[in-house]
Parts: sequence; structure tokens; C-alpha cells
Amino acid sequence: MIVLKDVLALLDGELLTPATDPEAAFGKVFASDLMSDVLTSAEPGALLLTGLVNTHVVNTCSVADLSGVVFVQGKRPAEDVISQARTRNIPLVATKMTMFEACARIAGHVQDGGHVRR
Amino acid sequence: MSAAESSYHRAFPVKGGDFAKAGNAACEIKELLKDIGLDTPTVRRAAIVAYEAEMNVIMYAWEARMDLTVSPDEVHLVVDDRGPGIPDVELALTEGYSTATAEMRELGFGAGMGLPNIKRNADVFAIDSEVGRGTRLDIIIRKNGHVPS
Repeated sequence: MIVLKDVLALLDGELLTPATDPEAAFGKVFASDLMSDVLTSAEPGALLLTGLVNTHVVNTCSVADLSGVVFVQGKRPAEDVISQARTRNIPLVATKMTMFEACARIAGHVQDGGHVRR
Repeated sequence: MSAAESSYHRAFPVKGGDFAKAGNAACEIKELLKDIGLDTPTVRRAAIVAYEAEMNVIMYAWEARMDLTVSPDEVHLVVDDRGPGIPDVELALTEGYSTATAEMRELGFGAGMGLPNIKRNADVFAIDSEVGRGTRLDIIIRKNGHVPS
């Protein structure tokens, strides 16, 4: 498990939905640019790392019960996407890190916390 | 009270190629099912099925009607599209097989997982397709049905 404030610190991230609770927790982390894979394999409550910034990312999270999104590699969604996420209570984070680096930092953090990685 | 008396029905029109509204029907269906009070895993499976089916219509068909019927024990979704149809249904049900364009893939879809994922989340799945006419999906998701592995 990882909480939002740790995600922000680890990834030097910018919270695009400021009203979000920094203690919001994510049970799993899933990384993909393919929403088809998210719909097939991501677990409810997970945090999604992706390089896609369109509305389908928020729709996919909403449909599949994912709890948050990190946009990697300096990509930022348009205002309408952010507004859609706010309405659906899905926290959005932007980071300049690459997908690989962001995944590595989160994985390291989870491991250091004593959680078993699958 | 009979099942017919206690069932809820609503139709959702979907227009092919309308990527701007893609997902609206599925998100509305999900909110409806939550409001009706269905359990979370059933709502999630039905929403995923509806979203994958809606995206298929938007990517490949010209128009469709999604008919949602909710009864105490199950969610029934029929997606009847007018479109090019599927020449080889068995092939289309193979994970990874896709005829998606580069544009569809850039949106994060078209990985050849749509129909297999619909089937995976359904308790009852039937598909009927005719080339040049369209495709009809008939899906039932039962309350407390199977959870996809």
C-alpha cells in the first residue's frame, strides 16, 4: 500500500486535484498506456501510472474502480480531463519522471516498507 | 412481486466514431447500478462490460443501442449495432487479435482485449454478427456471479 503524499514526495509530483486528501491510500499500483490492459488486469483501488492524458484515462479509472492516476514524463491532461477527475473524486498527479523511473521509485518504497511485492 | 415487475429498463444510444462522448453510457450505467444498490463487484463487472462494448461500437460500428435491464438477480445488457459486422467471430474473440487503427491505439484502445474481456466478465455471453449488417451482443451478469481470475 502507498499513500498519496508519499507518491507526491517520491515522484516530485504536482497534485492536479488540490482538494484531494493527501492520506488517500492505494492498495496496488498498475502501470500501462493501454486502457484495455487496465480494464483487464488492474485491481480495484489501484493507482494507475500512465503516459496517456485523454478523457479515456479518467473514464477507465471510474469504470474499473481505480483510485488515482499519475501522468508520467511531464505530460499534463487538459483542464476538462482534470475537471472530470475532480467530479469523480479521482486524484491526479503529474510528474516529469519517466514511466520506468516512477515505477522503480514506487516499487522501492513499497519494498522498503516491508510489503511483499508480487 | 414478479421479476418483470421489479425490473428496471433503459436504452442508451451510441454513435460510432463519437470519441468525445466515449464512455458516457458506461459511466451512466455504472452510476445507475450503484444507485439501484447492486454490490460493488457486480457493478464493476457490468461497468467494464458496458465500457468495452461501448468502445467497440465507437471504434468499429456506425451506431448502436445498448439496452440495460436490471432485475433483482442479474444485469442484462444487449448491444445491437449497425455496422460492418465481424467476418470471423472466433478470431475476434482471441486475446490480442485486433483490427484497430493507429488512432484507436493512441487513445489506449484496440489492443484486441475488448471482446475477450467482455466474455471474461460475463456469466452468459452470446454474440451474433453478420457482415454488412452489424453485431449483437447479449450479456448477463449475475449478482454474486463468478469473479474473473
